Amino acid sequence: MNNHAEIRLSGSGGQGLLLAGVILAEAAIMDDKIAIQTQSYGPEARGGASKAEVIIANDVIDFPKVTSPDLVLALTQVASDKYSKSVNDKGILVIDDEVVLDDKYEYGKIVKVPIINTAVEKVGKSIVANIVAIGVIVELTKLVSRESVEKAVLARVPKGTEDLNKKALAEGYLLAQSVI
Amino acid sequence: MSKKIKLMQGNEACVEAALMAGMRFYAGYPITPSTELAELSALHLPYYGGKFIQMEDEIAGIAAAIGGSLAGLKSMTATSGPGFSLKQENIGYAAIAEIPLVIVNVQRGGPSTGLPTSPAQGDVMQAKWGTHGDHPVIALSPDSVTETFNLTIRAFNLAEKYRTPVILLTDEVVGHMREKIEIPAQEDIEIYDRVKPKENEEYVPFKTEEGEIVPRMANFGEGHRYHVTGLFHDESGFPSNSSENAEVMLDHLMNKIDNNLDDIIDYEEYMMDDAEFLIVSYGSTARTVRSAIKALRAEGIKAGMFRAITLWPSPEEKLAEISKKFDKILVAEMNLGQYVQEVQRIVKSNSEVYHIGRANGEVTTPSEIVNKVKEVL
Repeated sequence: MNNHAEIRLSGSGGQGLLLAGVILAEAAIMDDKIAIQTQSYGPEARGGASKAEVIIANDVIDFPKVTSPDLVLALTQVASDKYSKSVNDKGILVIDDEVVLDDKYEYGKIVKVPIINTAVEKVGKSIVANIVAIGVIVELTKLVSRESVEKAVLARVPKGTEDLNKKALAEGYLLAQSVI
Repeated sequence: MSKKIKLMQGNEACVEAALMAGMRFYAGYPITPSTELAELSALHLPYYGGKFIQMEDEIAGIAAAIGGSLAGLKSMTATSGPGFSLKQENIGYAAIAEIPLVIVNVQRGGPSTGLPTSPAQGDVMQAKWGTHGDHPVIALSPDSVTETFNLTIRAFNLAEKYRTPVILLTDEVVGHMREKIEIPAQEDIEIYDRVKPKENEEYVPFKTEEGEIVPRMANFGEGHRYHVTGLFHDESGFPSNSSENAEVMLDHLMNKIDNNLDDIIDYEEYMMDDAEFLIVSYGSTARTVRSAIKALRAEGIKAGMFRAITLWPSPEEKLAEISKKFDKILVAEMNLGQYVQEVQRIVKSNSEVYHIGRANGEVTTPSEIVNKVKEVL
C-alpha cells in the first residue's frame, strides 16, 4: 500500500471529510510524497453520502481518481452501504462502530471502532470525528508521519481549537492501537 | 519572495498565476465549476490594487473585462458550459478590436446547462469556431495544477504580445483536483506587457509599426483619442466598408498568429522514443493516457503519447511529421469526437485514426484505454 495508496473517506455532508482529505494530502506533501485530493462534487455533497478521495504515492500520480481503494472510511450507515464494498481485497475498511455491514460482500480487513462516540465522549465535540478518523488512519497505515499530520491539522483548524484537535488525533491513534 | 510549496486546486492556481502575471481586473458571472476563479479573484484583487466586479450575466462579464483591458488593466473572465456559449460574440469583438484578454473555460458536460458538476472536453471546437467569421484563436489546455499555473501566465503573455483573446481551456477534473505545486518567486516569472505608444507620438491606433507584431495600444481614456469598433476598420480605428481594407486587416489578424507559430505552439511527447503505437490526447484525459501507457508497456505494448498543449493553433507540423511513423493513432478525449477531426485533417492518409471518449460526465479510465488500444492493434 505504501508506494501508491488510494483512500476513500465517506460519511455525510458536514462531517468534515473533505477537510480530512486535504489534511492527509498536505501531510503527505510535508513528508515529500506525492498526493492528489479529489472530491465528489455535486448535489450528493449536500446530504446523503458524501466522499473525499486522496491518493498518496512515492512516484508520479497520473490518473487522479481513486479506482480501487486501499482504505475506505465510512462514518455513517448510508456512506457504508454505498462505499464499503469498494475497498480492494487487500485493503482496510474503517467503519464507525454504529455501522452494520451487509455480510454478502467482502471487505478486506475490517476495523470497526467508535470514532464518533470517541469524538463526543472523550474529546468532547462530535465535530472532531474527522480528526479522530485521521488519527485512526495514520496509525493503521503509517502513510504519513505523525509529525506532519499534526502540523497539517493545526494549519487547517480554527484558532483556539488546537488542543481539542491534538486530543482528537491522539484518541484516534489509541483507537487504532486497540485493534492492531 | 521565495518559492512556496502548496496543495492547491487547479482553479486556485489559475488565480494565483493571474495575479502574478499582472491581472488587475476581473469581471464575470460565477458558474460551476469555475466559481472559485470569481471567488478568489474577488478575495485577492483588492490587495493588489485591482478591481473585481460581478456583472449581471455572462455577456456583461466578458464585455466589462474587454473594457478593463482597453483601459489598460490586464483582465480576465472565467466561465463554463452555457456561459462560454454566451461569451462568443464578445470573443469575436476582442479578436477584431485586438484587445488582450484571458478567458478561462473550466469545461463541464453539455449541451446547454447539461451536467454542471461533471467534467467534459466538449468545447474544443467551440473554442476555435464559436464566434462567427474567420478570426485568430489561441487556446491552451493544462493537464495538472502546476501546468494550470504556467499556462495562465502564458495566456496573459500571449494575449498582451499578440493583442488577442486567449482561451485557457481547462476542465472540471483539473480545476477542482488538489495537488502539490511549487509557486515560483515573482522575479523568476517572465512577464510580457503590451507595447504602448510614446507620450508625444502621433498615434495611429491600428497601425503596426515597422518590426512590430501588433499596433501599440494606448490606455483608452488617457490622452490619445481613438475609436474602437467591432466593424472592420482602417488604421485610424474608424469603420471601413472597403473590401480591400477588410482583406488587409484580416490578413493582419491571421498573420500575427500564423507567422509566429513557433513562439505560440507547445506540445509534449511522452514515451515516444521507442513508441510503436501513438495516442493523441490533451488536458486531464492525458493523465489517464499516461496511466494506460504504463500499463500497456508492462504488457510489452510500446505506446507513446503526443499531447497538444496549445490546442489552437494546433501543433500541425509536428503531428504531421510524427504520424508518418504510425499506421494507427488513437485520439483520447472527453467528448464524442472533436479534436479527432483535427488529427484526421493533419495526419491525412499517414495513419488510420481511432477515437475513444464519452460525454456522460464520467472520465475514461486507464483500463478502458488499454482495452481500446488492444482492440485497435
